[in-house]
Amino acid sequence: MKKIKIQSSNILLLITVVLFICMYTAGCVVYANKGFTHLQTFLNILINNAGLICVACGTTMVMLSGGIDISVGSVVAMDCMFLAVGMEEWKMNSITLMILVLLIGLVFGLFQGFCIAYLDIQPFIVTMAGLFFARGMTAVICKDQVSIVSDKLFTALSNTKLTIPFGGYVNKKGAMIMPFLRVSVIVAIICVIVTYLILKYTKFGRSIYAVGGNQQSASLMGLNVKKTRLLTHVVASFLASIGGICYCLNTMCGTTTQATGLEMDAISSAVIGGTLLTGGVGNVLGTFVGVLINGTISSLVKSNGKLISSWANIITAILLCFFIVLQAIFAKIKERSKL
Amino acid sequence: MNKIKNITKMQLFLPIFSMILVMCINVIYDIANGNAALNFFYITIKNGVLFGRLIDVLNRGSEVAILAIGMTLVVSSSAGTDISVGSVMSLYGGMCCMVLAGYGVTNVSEYKQPLIVGILAGLLLACVCGLFNGFLIAYMNIQPMVATLILWSAGRAIGLLLCNSNIVYVRVESFQKIGGYVGFLPTPILVAAICVAVASIVLRFTALGTYIQSVGINKKASRISGFNSAVIILLTYVICGLFAGLAGMVATSRIYSADTNNIGLNMEMDAILAVALGGNSLGGGKFNLAGSIIGAYTIQAITTTLYALGVSSAQAPVFKAIVVIMIVVIQSAPFKDFLKKFTAKKSTKEVAA
Repeated sequence: MKKIKIQSSNILLLITVVLFICMYTAGCVVYANKGFTHLQTFLNILINNAGLICVACGTTMVMLSGGIDISVGSVVAMDCMFLAVGMEEWKMNSITLMILVLLIGLVFGLFQGFCIAYLDIQPFIVTMAGLFFARGMTAVICKDQVSIVSDKLFTALSNTKLTIPFGGYVNKKGAMIMPFLRVSVIVAIICVIVTYLILKYTKFGRSIYAVGGNQQSASLMGLNVKKTRLLTHVVASFLASIGGICYCLNTMCGTTTQATGLEMDAISSAVIGGTLLTGGVGNVLGTFVGVLINGTISSLVKSNGKLISSWANIITAILLCFFIVLQAIFAKIKERSKL
Repeated sequence: MNKIKNITKMQLFLPIFSMILVMCINVIYDIANGNAALNFFYITIKNGVLFGRLIDVLNRGSEVAILAIGMTLVVSSSAGTDISVGSVMSLYGGMCCMVLAGYGVTNVSEYKQPLIVGILAGLLLACVCGLFNGFLIAYMNIQPMVATLILWSAGRAIGLLLCNSNIVYVRVESFQKIGGYVGFLPTPILVAAICVAVASIVLRFTALGTYIQSVGINKKASRISGFNSAVIILLTYVICGLFAGLAGMVATSRIYSADTNNIGLNMEMDAILAVALGGNSLGGGKFNLAGSIIGAYTIQAITTTLYALGVSSAQAPVFKAIVVIMIVVIQSAPFKDFLKKFTAKKSTKEVAA
């Protein structure tokens, strides 16, 4: 029984990794003249999706516990707007603001988690209300719809280039250009590692898997199911807030329509990365690969240049559909083997 | 005391109560602003058409009311909600206008195909969307909200593709008729009324309503007693898709264009809210169509009131989200238990005193 479970998740992860490698190689072959083979292209995928990586870590955690969180995209937008308006109109210190944003994330998650875990309301309804609440709050905070950041410290943080000493290329003018990373990528990678360690080695992490596998047996085992579910939502919203800061470092502005559909990207990354929607099986590293696949799809569409940008959305949705159906088939096989 | 309890226990109590509450707020607002106290209910005929805030609520609320019918059935049969309805609405717009104007054309003043072909093509596409959702949910056993999440995100993207990323305008009078006026009456009200009438007649005079409820209450038991549960769930999703298409028809005709990014935006929230407000349990089972319809118009009344109070359309979701949370918290079992314990404690104290 347990063997099949591990196998199916491994197969999903394997498919994902193979898919990513195939996609990237195909991109390298087809768009070689457009600079797809440079190391920087790969790093750009990381830079563009740094916020998404943080958010997807939180989403994975919630999905592992058997829940779902679709409010994260709006939380990112709310954080960006809060940061932008705070720095521009309220003239606040950017570091204080960042701490405030993280606190907002904690409170937001605490409320959602309380409604879900202790009041027994469907996670989807609660987080959907959260989605609309946060999206509306962006408009409440800022009346002009757009606010652009010009704070010195924040700009410096955003412009910091962490140059990598190898893998550079010579551009058309003959100058050597070294590949570089941004601060947000480092934050995102730290998020992935910390989440991975928490899920693998702490009591909290193990109980998330147990709760996601079967709530009833988890509670019979003596785990505090309600507390675990509450905490996963708190952590998810906290990670979404970190993602919001990373996102803001990338875009340097807050708009009301920012990060629409980010929750969908996060969920599809997690699903493509082998996290079961029913909970209990999955891995943050898989999610990381899922985000890379998402990023590769959009950079392939961009490299083509002729396709309408909505193709990226459609392809992601098709992939998501494919993996969801695959999961359902695995679940059916598992049920048969049980009988 | 018992009488009050009986009234509050009635299924239609919540929607009617909130409707009255919204109207009271309107009256208070009008008095505070120095307008006539019953401004909200005032209906006149201007330029040969009915005019007034109540008519506005009825007119603008037609989309939500049409969506609420499908959503009620879906919630009842599968204990989940279809969050793709807004996207399906915009997909209808994209398909219909694409067929009527031809691919890649952004502005036409006469049809390439007859109007009915465009409408049928759009409705067919909406039904196919419903079929896709229903298949994933009924036969693949995927959670409804996750399955509909696929179309929620892809629907708008496909719509953009159909319209070649443009807003397609169809500037023909007969196309605008569905979102305009018939005589002095706004057509959307008529469309909504027909949809509600047909749905309630079908549900009342055929066994479909009972089937749906029985599947929602216990899927396994109804399968054992001889219903094909999967087909019934599939059917409710197709019906939901069809009604989403009809709502899209009204929304598209209103602005006589396929603005794929904005048609039906956040509509799924309104539809779910209407169902919850109508006293239906989001956990499936028994449903009350009348409640959902009243709930839908209540929501539109809330939206109209918010706009009247000077809240922008971007800010309005905040208040709606708060309303949703309040409703689901009141409906949740732990909260009800808490209230029961609370009142029990109070009564024992009274007895002791």
